[in-house]
Amino acid sequence: MIPELGHFALALACAIALFQTVVPIWGAQRGAARAMALAPALATAQLIAVAAGFGALIWSFVVNDTTVSAVVANSHSAKPLLYKISGAWGNHEGSMVLWVLILALCGGAVAGFGRNLPSALQARVIGVLGAIAVGFHAFILLTSNPFDRVWPPAAEGQGLNPVLQDPGLAFHPPLLYLGYVGYAVTFAFAIAALLEGRVDAAWGRWVRPWSLAAWSFLTLGIALGSWWAYYELGWGGFWFWDPVENASLLPWLAGAALLHSAIVVEKREALKTWTVLLAILAFAMSLLGTFLVRSGVLNSVHAFANDPARGLFILVLLMIYVGGAFALFGWRAGRLAPIGIFAPVSREGALVLNNLLLCSILAVVLVGTLYPMFADILMGARISVGPPFFNSATAPLALPLVAAMAVGPMLPWKRAGLFGALQRLWWAMAAALAVALIALLLTGSPVWPAIGFGAAIWVVAGAAADILDRSGAFRTTARNAFNRARNLPRGAWGAALAHAGLGVTIAGMAGMGLATDTLVALRPGERARLAGYEWRLESVRDVAGPNWSARRATVTVRDAGATVTVLEPERRSFPVARMTTTEAAIHTNIFRDLYAVLGEERDGAAVLRLHHNPLAPWIWLGALVMAAGGALSLSDRRARVAAPAPKGATQTV
Amino acid sequence: MSDAPKPRRRWLLYAPLGIAMAGSAGFYAMLRGLQSGSYDPRGVPSQLVGRTAPGFDLPPLESANLPALADADLRGVGRPFLVNFWASWCVPCIVEHPQLMHLARRGVPVFGINYKDRAPDAQTFLTRHGNPFRRLGRDEPGRVAIDWGVYGVPETYLLDKDGIVRWRWAGPVTPEVLEQDIGPLLRRYA
Repeated sequence: MIPELGHFALALACAIALFQTVVPIWGAQRGAARAMALAPALATAQLIAVAAGFGALIWSFVVNDTTVSAVVANSHSAKPLLYKISGAWGNHEGSMVLWVLILALCGGAVAGFGRNLPSALQARVIGVLGAIAVGFHAFILLTSNPFDRVWPPAAEGQGLNPVLQDPGLAFHPPLLYLGYVGYAVTFAFAIAALLEGRVDAAWGRWVRPWSLAAWSFLTLGIALGSWWAYYELGWGGFWFWDPVENASLLPWLAGAALLHSAIVVEKREALKTWTVLLAILAFAMSLLGTFLVRSGVLNSVHAFANDPARGLFILVLLMIYVGGAFALFGWRAGRLAPIGIFAPVSREGALVLNNLLLCSILAVVLVGTLYPMFADILMGARISVGPPFFNSATAPLALPLVAAMAVGPMLPWKRAGLFGALQRLWWAMAAALAVALIALLLTGSPVWPAIGFGAAIWVVAGAAADILDRSGAFRTTARNAFNRARNLPRGAWGAALAHAGLGVTIAGMAGMGLATDTLVALRPGERARLAGYEWRLESVRDVAGPNWSARRATVTVRDAGATVTVLEPERRSFPVARMTTTEAAIHTNIFRDLYAVLGEERDGAAVLRLHHNPLAPWIWLGALVMAAGGALSLSDRRARVAAPAPKGATQTV
Repeated sequence: MSDAPKPRRRWLLYAPLGIAMAGSAGFYAMLRGLQSGSYDPRGVPSQLVGRTAPGFDLPPLESANLPALADADLRGVGRPFLVNFWASWCVPCIVEHPQLMHLARRGVPVFGINYKDRAPDAQTFLTRHGNPFRRLGRDEPGRVAIDWGVYGVPETYLLDKDGIVRWRWAGPVTPEVLEQDIGPLLRRYA
């Protein structure tokens, strides 16, 4: 009964979405105030209907209703409750319901927080979000119904993929979708602007918080996924340039560019066409990722179970939304005339440079990801593009991006002197050079980690210099400067924090460039040496969990005789799913990870892979700091209030 | 990324649409290919199948007392045989090793190419797990592996008695692969 109600709720939501598309947009085009006024109510009704459907799905998983095919295929009565719930979105059908739920949440948020938006803009935005919802509801109802029944009921579920039974992964899809779907809102703003034929500072001020929120969630989602791959897949790396990973990086890059260009729209009323294009692009990249992951056109360890029929449906949706948006862009973008004038050395000039570099990286990653597929279909050539290409092609673009990152915020709007900004950054430059040189001397030959450490210091010091400069730390008393710093707009603090977070992540990546590992076969009592530590295998024994059994090795790590830690890597086998997973054992002290993976056993010897990963946790720590910077910036009153903030005495520029 | 497009450059605004349409057409072709079987992102056949192996001349593993391996050794073997790329640092190589030992005991010639490995490590591996190889070449820089189009170790090629590559297997030779693929191929090309 509950699953049927859920199915009905989704069908109802589809019908509401149709109204949500037609009525407000018609109202906005005709200037019919009553039709426009219906938009928030329709968005709210949509949210309630989708939430009911999602609730029914969760309920089916929690009570383990084995007449629902999605439950049979993905759940098991012996599974812990958390994974029963996360199992609801750990599969194709359920994840699509989560997708439309988040879309409905965004619509509800535009309805709720958007009361001071111009009513025509709000109506159009909600209408476009409705149009997106119609397509994805149809996709769910026609090709991926999560509430399909099986009769007679199965005796037991087939279990969730054991690799996915992990707290990190339970929250990875919701965060990632909050990011992906968040770009649906900026997309809707872009379409609304094109329909209206007008982009102004108020539009920029509205797009910024949405792109900021989506970007922060996407940052967290990608970081969580990368962290999960690091500790669960047991490969010892954090980023593999896998097509599915790249698919999540593409909207992140486009979103980061959008975030910065929207500032220019708000402050200088320039870059309007470009910003609208970026807003469309960010959502197009989100949809492209959805298509790549679910259609089976690419080969990846992460891809969902694939079905060309579903792929075709998503492709059609992609063509309608993205193709339609680009057609509208070609037709109407000419009307978005700029007002501001540009000087190459200025804050807006630096933001343009940021956009050029971010979009170049985006192009490199996009081409590298799609090239093998298109080479296959066009020329019949089998090519694989791997990490060496991505690393060597993105590094020369990332380096100037990082170099400009510290300078940009120091430049005033309109016209600036590069020399003045560099003068205020001299100590950051000196620190970066010193650290790079010391790293080079200490580590020896590899150049990239040393450059990475220098870049990290440069970015973090640059962010600190920005805050110090704004608070006038070098021009006034310490007490005065402290008070000024406290009263700086949260947007300024947020930007500095996010920039510093990227610096922390870069430091982590540079540290991983110095990682060492070894593969050894040890009998109990034997030892190996790695990175100055002595690793001794004590024993390997059997252990049992709720729905798995495992072999667990005990490895004592000693440093000059003193025990540092005892690592217990496991190889778990899940009898229901007939799968084995590796549980890497990790000991961290923030400055380095000791990481052990248990492999096969033969003739009493266990194969162990041991890693020493300097600064590894900083990669994800930095992502947390970036997202915190985004959140801080979002709490700035300018993000919530449509009226511009009064110019206080705090702004010295 | 210019704002204020001049009338002549208005068509540039349609460029994103053109790119998106071309991309969609490509994706559509891929989906059709998936259904008809002409496009498969997972199965990557070797470019070498049906041809002789590319030229190479590898040094031996001195401590193992095995002859070295060059492309000339692959011609005129007189019966179908295997060429196996392996390394001591590779875990699946340990998994497939018993199957190679089994083939060697049955008299099937197995030629080894030791990929990106240090000589003492390779010797330790052979001492611990046994030596199935009739000849062994050391490809420390990994150049020969690139010429062959090796994905990663372990990877195994089956060549017929004239030295023409007939089959490639990327991944460990499990007992199932031995039984279902290698056995019938050895009989077919005998």
